[in-house]
Amino acid sequence: MFAISTAAPASNASLWIFLAFVAATLVITWLSARRSRGASAYFAAGRRITGWQNGLAVAGDYMSAASFLGIAGMIAMNGYDGFMYSVGFLVAYLTVLFIVAEPLRNAGKYTMADVLAYRLKPRPVRAAASLSTLTVSIFYMIAQMVGAGVLVRQLIPGVTYEVAVIGVGVLMVVYVVFGGMLATTWVQIIKAILLIVGSILLSILVLKRFDFDLAKFFSSLTAITSTTASGESVTRNFLTPGLIFKNPWDQISLGMALLLGTAGLPHILIRFYTVPDAKTARSSVVWAMLIIGAFYIMTTFFGFGAASLLGPDHIQQHGGTNMAAPELARYLGGEIFFAFICAVAFATILAVVAGLTISASTSFAHDFYVNVIHHGKEHRPGEEVRIARITAFVVGAASIVIAILLGPGVNVAFLVGLAFAVAASANLPVIVFSLYWKRFTTAGAVAGLLVGLVSSVVLILISPDFMKNPLFPLKNPALVSIPLGFLGAWLGTVLSKEQSSVEKFTELQVRANTGLGAEKATEH
Amino acid sequence: MSSPDTPTPDHDLTGIIASQTDIAPLGRGGSKPEHERTADEDIDPVEWARIAGDSDFQALLRRKLRLVIPATAFFIVYYFLLPIGVGWFPGLMERKVWGDLNIAYLYALSQFFMAWILAGIYVVAAARWDRSQNALLKKFGVSHQ
Repeated sequence: MFAISTAAPASNASLWIFLAFVAATLVITWLSARRSRGASAYFAAGRRITGWQNGLAVAGDYMSAASFLGIAGMIAMNGYDGFMYSVGFLVAYLTVLFIVAEPLRNAGKYTMADVLAYRLKPRPVRAAASLSTLTVSIFYMIAQMVGAGVLVRQLIPGVTYEVAVIGVGVLMVVYVVFGGMLATTWVQIIKAILLIVGSILLSILVLKRFDFDLAKFFSSLTAITSTTASGESVTRNFLTPGLIFKNPWDQISLGMALLLGTAGLPHILIRFYTVPDAKTARSSVVWAMLIIGAFYIMTTFFGFGAASLLGPDHIQQHGGTNMAAPELARYLGGEIFFAFICAVAFATILAVVAGLTISASTSFAHDFYVNVIHHGKEHRPGEEVRIARITAFVVGAASIVIAILLGPGVNVAFLVGLAFAVAASANLPVIVFSLYWKRFTTAGAVAGLLVGLVSSVVLILISPDFMKNPLFPLKNPALVSIPLGFLGAWLGTVLSKEQSSVEKFTELQVRANTGLGAEKATEH
Repeated sequence: MSSPDTPTPDHDLTGIIASQTDIAPLGRGGSKPEHERTADEDIDPVEWARIAGDSDFQALLRRKLRLVIPATAFFIVYYFLLPIGVGWFPGLMERKVWGDLNIAYLYALSQFFMAWILAGIYVVAAARWDRSQNALLKKFGVSHQ
């Protein structure tokens, strides 16, 4: 039906475009390494990133390959439900904007735990927060690494799973170890721009096929024919909800994980320390919301466009769900455009893993090594940064090994859901309580973090993703684990005899709401 | 931007690590830079309790919460009506209202605009809070610098 040639030049073109991206990011890393001196430069890019830059970087950290290829593919294969899935990812930013971004920037330094440690006993709180941060980052990272290996194999023929995983791992370690937060930020910015440009081009090319007539575009979706697993041909209206999601409680639980988890994702939270003040943190959330929202609306055009122009059967035969967007690009714009979209997808993965690596290593070095083990003091100047670099190296090496051991066949989608669930159930309750609840205590914070973390992990282990006869019926644990996290934090507080310090709470309140005494941008 | 004449701490390590440092000085003996102190060690001169007790500060907090609490409640309800509607009221959601477009699609699309509009409202209100906050800091003779 479609005259599509799978010519060799395509793989070369996508390789070249990708190499150009890698070269550009390595130059940035080199420039950043020359410029950055000291801990604030390494962990927070000297707090000199502007609002729109940080907005792009937040969007870059957030829009993973799962968003770009996964959601486009979900819409292409099953229509409306994929679009509904994407809505929560944007709405979640209202929680970030209203509750966490500004107080965090005002009262913290490098990590989420800074805000918690202010009025509570720093060591136990930082240890628990660091554990939860590392868990979220590493789960999310393994999901990204396995996904990267699988995708690159499809995107750039001739590259094996292992080579792809090692390549991604080595690059992310180079960015983070040598370039720190400044280089990581610019990698995110370039990636976000590439992703938006790719999405706009794809959307325009799709709409051109329908003479830019939206009514015509949507009416083409009312009868999409595909072949079921049993070989029957069925015709479905792709604007109808419920074609893949059958249990509404799954959607509600996922929605809770997104709405409350985004504001607890460590790699998103540390981005607000890279700007000069709370006002800029606020404007960067708004920039991020514009970019992320525009992106998810555009996934409608190319997701539905792939369903209408290529059809689910064609996508199934040409690489499956994840290849819907690249295959559409090939159909609409030829081999070079296909190569460009593939390179964009790879850049997307690379930027997200770099963001995760720096959030894990910052938390380990700042929260655990310096503040828990060494009581908040460095034994040698520059030790904090040195430990962060070593951690980034170890995290990178461990992710490469784990991703290769797991292999390309393993289903890792649940790890992303788990990361959001842990962030929502462990991190968010204690952030909210420490900012707003006068009576909150150290025991409450530690209990909240641990209960949220453990309940999310346990519920996932007995969920349908892990067991044939699941003990817990929902794919995402958030519906149960978020209330448990809040309950743990509340019980820990009311059951402990510890007196919360009213003076420190008022101080935190004044700092969080006025920016008095907040960390300044550094000079050159 | 901080001013170029920020005072240099006693234990400045500029000479050793080639730039102004913001980390604690060597060993455990010396005093930490201001922002490295834990709340216990904090002896800076800002009178947090006086600011916190000030009626203007309390009014600022109340104004913030008066927007943030209802706005949060609104977007949570607005968002969850989508999976609830699609899950339990499919007949209503599949009703076509504009060409082939049904309520389910338009309601999902409207969430994007809802989020942008709420963010816009927040930003406008926050600009007013910024002004009250600066007036408050001026009243106490303290500033961000």
